[in-house]
Amino acid sequence: MAASDAPLPENGPTRQAFWNRPWVAPLLVFVLVLASWELLVMIFQPPTFLLPSPSLIWQSLAGQFLALMGYGFNTFMEALGGFVIGCGLGLLTAMLVARSKWLSDLLLPFAIASNSVPIVAMAPIAIVWFGIGPWSKVAIVAVMCFFPTMVSTVRGLTSASPDAIALMNSYAASNWQIFTKLRVPSALPFVFNALKICTAVSMIGAIVAEFFGGAVNYLGIYIKTQASILKTPDAWAAIVVACFYGLAFYFAIVLLERWLMPWHRHREQH
Amino acid sequence: MPTAPIIAIDKVSRIYGNANATTVALKDVSLTIEKGELISLVGPSGCGKSTLLRLIADLDTPSQGKITVNGHAPEQARKQREYGFVFQAPTLYDWRTVERNARLPLEVMGRPAGEWQARLDKMLAMVGLRDFHQHYPWQLSGGMQQRASIARALSFDPAILLMDEPFGALDEFTRERMNMELLDIWETTHKTILFVTHSIAEAVFLSSRIVVMTPRPGRIAATVNVDLPYPRNFDTREDPRFFELVTQVRETLKEEFVGHV
Repeated sequence: MAASDAPLPENGPTRQAFWNRPWVAPLLVFVLVLASWELLVMIFQPPTFLLPSPSLIWQSLAGQFLALMGYGFNTFMEALGGFVIGCGLGLLTAMLVARSKWLSDLLLPFAIASNSVPIVAMAPIAIVWFGIGPWSKVAIVAVMCFFPTMVSTVRGLTSASPDAIALMNSYAASNWQIFTKLRVPSALPFVFNALKICTAVSMIGAIVAEFFGGAVNYLGIYIKTQASILKTPDAWAAIVVACFYGLAFYFAIVLLERWLMPWHRHREQH
Repeated sequence: MPTAPIIAIDKVSRIYGNANATTVALKDVSLTIEKGELISLVGPSGCGKSTLLRLIADLDTPSQGKITVNGHAPEQARKQREYGFVFQAPTLYDWRTVERNARLPLEVMGRPAGEWQARLDKMLAMVGLRDFHQHYPWQLSGGMQQRASIARALSFDPAILLMDEPFGALDEFTRERMNMELLDIWETTHKTILFVTHSIAEAVFLSSRIVVMTPRPGRIAATVNVDLPYPRNFDTREDPRFFELVTQVRETLKEEFVGHV
């Protein structure tokens, strides 16, 4: 076989130098930022409520770790509930809308425009509708997740090339076969991009919605209370916990993506 | 008794556009193709060769005229899976391995996997992909991707192979080797092959008959019988008769071109 026609080399397990690994540089930057933060607080000694040092935040976190993780879990469950409902409805709506060019042309501009609507500002109204408990937060998160998921999924479902569709037609494939064997797999990268964005959106939505009221054992309410009585190290510790849940949520979706789309991961590495 | 032609095209026109602006992609094209022929449609861009192929495949509908494919209207022929189509781009699905790409038509047609697996393996071996069943499309070179797409078109054993500039995107060396492989496939499987190309040399090398088409409006300028003996090989390209035929096709295109400027 001639060189021009040889298969491309596979990505074998290559031994990279420690410094070249992709996570080393970001980790270094992170440590450097923390260290300079600690140093600056030591030198300039700002009031603790303005800017506590990382070590003080760490003390606060360690002192009430289980309680904070529990608050974080409660807030995460609101975020997850809203995520499942919002993204689920977004997916279903997209499947209906993508079937008709007329319908998607009619609805997509509204869905795209809704990106610039501050949905979280409707949290007080959600409390009026769904009560002060977790459901008002779930509702806000669901609305926030709905639109990006729907827009991306419609784009994904309509992204197959004309020839890829003509190929299916040449086999006299049914619409259902074209949907399951072509449109859905071509939509998956779009769907997962939206889901990854929605993990962050849902944590933000749940925490901010909690600022408008709710029970004390939730992160948003804890942050708001501790900050208002100037116990900012506690608020910072709660923010660290929020970051943990947000990142864990994000990477869970990344794992799901890799599992459902093995071909995509290989391609990215390539 | 002469057998009926496998493809019959009778005064077919295809006009695109609306009341304000129309483009005549094809005008009054008539052509009959016998079973087992390897016919090339050759001509410059805009001569309607790809349009004609898509009309036969029922991926487009004629504005006027009638097409018969294996005794049926094109739509009926498509539904009976009479042809396999090979596009200029390999059009492999990214999320399927080579083997699962080639199996796609069998899945769509609901043909039993066990029964057809042997044929699938044979087709993949025939196009030289025996060791690449589990590779994803991006792991293959352009030539190998197009081979996979040919295996896919043959997997369900259609009577006709419709090929729309399948080697147009390949480098010349790969293209010449793919030409040889296509002739092997044709001689092994006895398919009727309709091959669209803008390369005169490729058309002469492959075909038993060449249909020369010219643009504005797209129509058939001439048909040229290629009397080079099969099996053809690398020496065929150095045969004086090969050059005569290339020149003959070129002259036809030139006359049409000069006549219209």
